[in-house]
Amino acid sequence: MTITTEQPLVKIEGLHKYYGTHHVLRGIDLNVNQGEVSVVIGPSGSGKSTMLRCVNLLETISAGRISVGGELIGYREVKGRLHDLKAKEIAAQRREIGMVFQRFNLFPHKTALQNIMEAPVQVKGQSKAVARKRALELLDRVGLGDRAGHYPNQLSGGQQQRVAIARALAMDPELMLFDEPTSALDPELVGDVLNVMKDLAKSGMTMIVVTHEIGFAREVGDRLTFMDGGVVVESGDPREVLANPQHPRTKEFLSRVL
Amino acid sequence: MSIPATESGAQMDSHQHKDTAPVLNNPVPVRHPGRWVSAVIILGALALLLQSLFTNPNFRWDVVGAYILDVKVIQGVVWTLVLTVASMILAIILAVLLAFMRQSENPVFRYSSWTWVWFFRGTPVYTQLIFWGLIAVLYPKISAGVPFGPEMFSVDTSTVVTATVAAILGLGLNESAYLAEIFRAGLKSVDQGQMEAAEALGMGKTKIMWRIILPQAMRVIVPPTGNETIGMLKTTSLVLAVPFTLDLTFATNALANRTYLPVPLLIVAAIWYLIITSLLMVGQHFIEAYYGKGVDNRAPATVNPAAAKAAAAVAPSADAEPELKMDFPEEEAK
Repeated sequence: MTITTEQPLVKIEGLHKYYGTHHVLRGIDLNVNQGEVSVVIGPSGSGKSTMLRCVNLLETISAGRISVGGELIGYREVKGRLHDLKAKEIAAQRREIGMVFQRFNLFPHKTALQNIMEAPVQVKGQSKAVARKRALELLDRVGLGDRAGHYPNQLSGGQQQRVAIARALAMDPELMLFDEPTSALDPELVGDVLNVMKDLAKSGMTMIVVTHEIGFAREVGDRLTFMDGGVVVESGDPREVLANPQHPRTKEFLSRVL
Repeated sequence: MSIPATESGAQMDSHQHKDTAPVLNNPVPVRHPGRWVSAVIILGALALLLQSLFTNPNFRWDVVGAYILDVKVIQGVVWTLVLTVASMILAIILAVLLAFMRQSENPVFRYSSWTWVWFFRGTPVYTQLIFWGLIAVLYPKISAGVPFGPEMFSVDTSTVVTATVAAILGLGLNESAYLAEIFRAGLKSVDQGQMEAAEALGMGKTKIMWRIILPQAMRVIVPPTGNETIGMLKTTSLVLAVPFTLDLTFATNALANRTYLPVPLLIVAAIWYLIITSLLMVGQHFIEAYYGKGVDNRAPATVNPAAAKAAAAVAPSADAEPELKMDFPEEEAK
């Protein structure tokens, strides 16, 4: 994907999503600039995870457009008409977008090291030696250099999530999506994962983070978006929105979580 | 606020247990007289059975001894093994294909797979074996060509579909339908998040199935497949329907008919079936252990990170393909 600096890296325009007749997303517009950390909060069922999953096509897009790095996601536009991309083309787009899941989704039959090496070797065709070196560097970076040979079931939730972040980073994505990365963790394990994410943000990674961690949004976020009922209710500088929410629904939500 | 409280609590704890080893409870265990009664009854019955085995002359152990290693019997054992292994290999290959087809987004594949399972599971294996034995009557020649058009080549069916081939086809195709359902259940047992995680990494569908989904499904697939293999071992005795006349059951029956001694020869067959089943169970144990890694294991894999790092530090220059070397400056720049 080619990146031009004038336009945002991620552009979501008029995004709608239906599950059958259930209208989950009702016209979302969201821009994320290169190197920006965009935090999305909102009550459960507000559609924030669905929005995130549309960005790498884990959900089909019912209406609207998403582009990453100027490239339309999931479609090719020919003479004003959208054509579905082939599975291979979709896979190629996903390679540029890392995703971290609420439930980690590490491959349980592979060690931490093998989890991280899998995609670089199988998808990018890197040699095992190169992929292994990089995987060990990434494990060090997330503070798990001594856990390379551990299977996921031998790691704590926080450790698993950090391996999952390393696994996504191994593909050198230009965008990272975090889908409630700390929601399945015991409270005392949340900090380690957030620290890794903070380091990643400082290194200039473009991130969209769906989370309930208001502290993270305030400290690291460049933009905070509050979603409710499938629409963006309020969006702006995190410290501003948190200190001085404009919309009554934002106020009500923040009063319950803060 | 709670910190001082827990601290003092911990102090009290350590103070109490200081140096004094606890007096173990050592309770009087519950007595189980039922176990003794059942042991006496079962051991008694077993003793009676053993006694009859040794004292009842009708067992004719001398005949069992004489025929257990008979050439015809050993040949029967080998043929039974050949039929079991060959038909199971055929069935497993077909079952993987059928299970993948059943999960495919292509509706033609889905319906074809469903119809195959419906047909081969819905008719008796005995009937199918007779059918394969009669295939040469139904289609005397097998030819390849364009439907209703010119013929490219043709062969006599009976030269291609010999009794052995007919037996393996009959057993294998029937079994594939059952195994397809076992494989489908295994694939469905893998968490949907695995598929999503692999998709999010940009892996293709085929690689996801072979490298991520199937290895995890194997944990669920192997035990019933072992069951099916042991079942198949015994089902091979039906190949008489083809007719195929070299398997263990046919061989021992033929000897029994010749000697008018059915009981000892049935025992010969039973002993061999038991031996093969036992060997198959050992094999299954190791296959299960292999696919249980990451789930059943509790010890970390023997990867020494320091050694791995040292190896990796040396390896890239030797291993990397030229175009991959170009990744390095880019990576370092980031």
